[in-house]
Amino acid sequence: MTLVIGIETSCDETGVAVYDSARGLLAHELYTQAATHADYGGVVPELASRDHVRKLLPLIDRALAAAGCGREQLQGVAYTAGPGLAGALLVGAAVGRALAWALGIPGIGVHHMEGHLQAARLDNEALRTPFLCLLVSGGHTQLVDVRAHGDYRILGESRDDAVGEAFDKTAKLLGLGYPGGAALAELAMQGNPQRFVFPRPMLDRPGLEFSFSGLKTHVRTTLRQCAGSDQDRADIACAFEIAVVETLLGKSQRALQLTGYDTLVIAGGVGANRRLREELDARLAVRVVYPRVEFCTDNGAMIAYAGCLRLAAGQRDTLEIAARPRWPLSELQGFPSVLSPK
Amino acid sequence: MRLLALETATEACSAALWEDAVICARYRVAPRQHAELILPMIEELLIEAGWSRTSLTAVAFGRGPGSFTGVRLAASVTQGIAFGLDVPVARVSTLEAMARRAWREHAARQLLVAIDARMREVYWGTFRVDEAGHIIAQCEECVSAPGEVPLPESGTWMGVGTGWASYTELLTGHAGALLNGTDDALLPSAEDIAVLGGEQLRRGEGVAPEEAVPVYLRDNVAVKPG
Repeated sequence: MTLVIGIETSCDETGVAVYDSARGLLAHELYTQAATHADYGGVVPELASRDHVRKLLPLIDRALAAAGCGREQLQGVAYTAGPGLAGALLVGAAVGRALAWALGIPGIGVHHMEGHLQAARLDNEALRTPFLCLLVSGGHTQLVDVRAHGDYRILGESRDDAVGEAFDKTAKLLGLGYPGGAALAELAMQGNPQRFVFPRPMLDRPGLEFSFSGLKTHVRTTLRQCAGSDQDRADIACAFEIAVVETLLGKSQRALQLTGYDTLVIAGGVGANRRLREELDARLAVRVVYPRVEFCTDNGAMIAYAGCLRLAAGQRDTLEIAARPRWPLSELQGFPSVLSPK
Repeated sequence: MRLLALETATEACSAALWEDAVICARYRVAPRQHAELILPMIEELLIEAGWSRTSLTAVAFGRGPGSFTGVRLAASVTQGIAFGLDVPVARVSTLEAMARRAWREHAARQLLVAIDARMREVYWGTFRVDEAGHIIAQCEECVSAPGEVPLPESGTWMGVGTGWASYTELLTGHAGALLNGTDDALLPSAEDIAVLGGEQLRRGEGVAPEEAVPVYLRDNVAVKPG
């Protein structure tokens, strides 16, 4: 049995969770800073760091209380070590590593994207490698070949904006505030899908690369050409969302053909998008697995879980506190999984 | 009381153990390496003192001002350790610790402390050291343009800290006849954090681990658009 606390502070969410390899997820707590950054039209790194250092410890306290366990029962501490905002990462890594030292238990730095890749397994015990993962968040758009735990090969990724970033930027153009990705998806439901047809970026080209910055320009141009009424904006949101979903679907199909895998796992915040889920379910012949909606966006549960896998395999960090703002997923090494997910 | 002290707000990274007096200390000037250095340093000190980790009864840290990342590192490490060990925390001013170090090393009793805060400003504090070695702040700590820092009315004072190296002319011109010598390379040390933290805890001023938060002084760090 391994009882692990997981800490996530890579961007603008403070997340803490307690995971037990025998009993599963015992507690997860999240504090989102969205309101702090909303006035600035984007995440302000220094403000994010300042908020983490105030919110993290109370959240750890709450998660332990909710899990019904004392700090002295913990057997490992997992924290996001990268990639992400340098100052924000440092808070979680330093608190986490120091806490592990004080408790005399191992600490492990977790790759944020590995956390996302593993999030679906929190609720899907039977999910086994290899599988294909479509990772769609505010910072990443990647198709990843998950060959084994820790053994990831990026098959394709975005050359410019991440898909979540494209959602937020388009939402801003449509006057939906920041972060407006979810509001944009909401608005798109009122739109007429037939009125505008936006290009499906790079779908006409071979390969698994993405590009979403052109789509945003297309939105701006279309918005300028019409009156910008509520209906116009809804129709544009709808056309934008359909173009994104069709692109993600097309590239996923291609990657599934290439790998021959029978399972597609969705990860990252855009994985909560309803149209994406409906289209993938309806049009792919393979099994599509989603994390719980709250585990699509940044959270501590995925870090606790991914950390638990690595700790159970005997991995641990030295006493050097390591935060790696840039950390390619492909640098990770495969490791044997001695733990079956609960 | 067995106290662990740490200070990472400037180019210096340091840690010390204290039990009525400083037992042992580590100090290294190593910019941008504090995150790698601090926990191994603490571990070394415990071995040297022959103390167990769990025998620590409090943690003191340099709460700033200083580099944002540096003071957050000290605060974060302090939070993790103090929460893990379930012990109280002492928050010590980095400027006050520098004043104490200047008194130790130069026997100066009136100090004008300035840390380079970038953006043509300094973090500033003025301190007097009494006969018993207590440090008494003479003004509220602030971030200010070097030519506008609040000065004492009279007396002879020593200028210490990197602010005096970065803005030599502006600060010396402003301080005028009050100034009697400088040490513009002086950095804070955990030894002074330990002593000042020990005093705080004895006065019952310890706080809970979650209150181990930085004092930045500079708070307008982002501009709202439009």
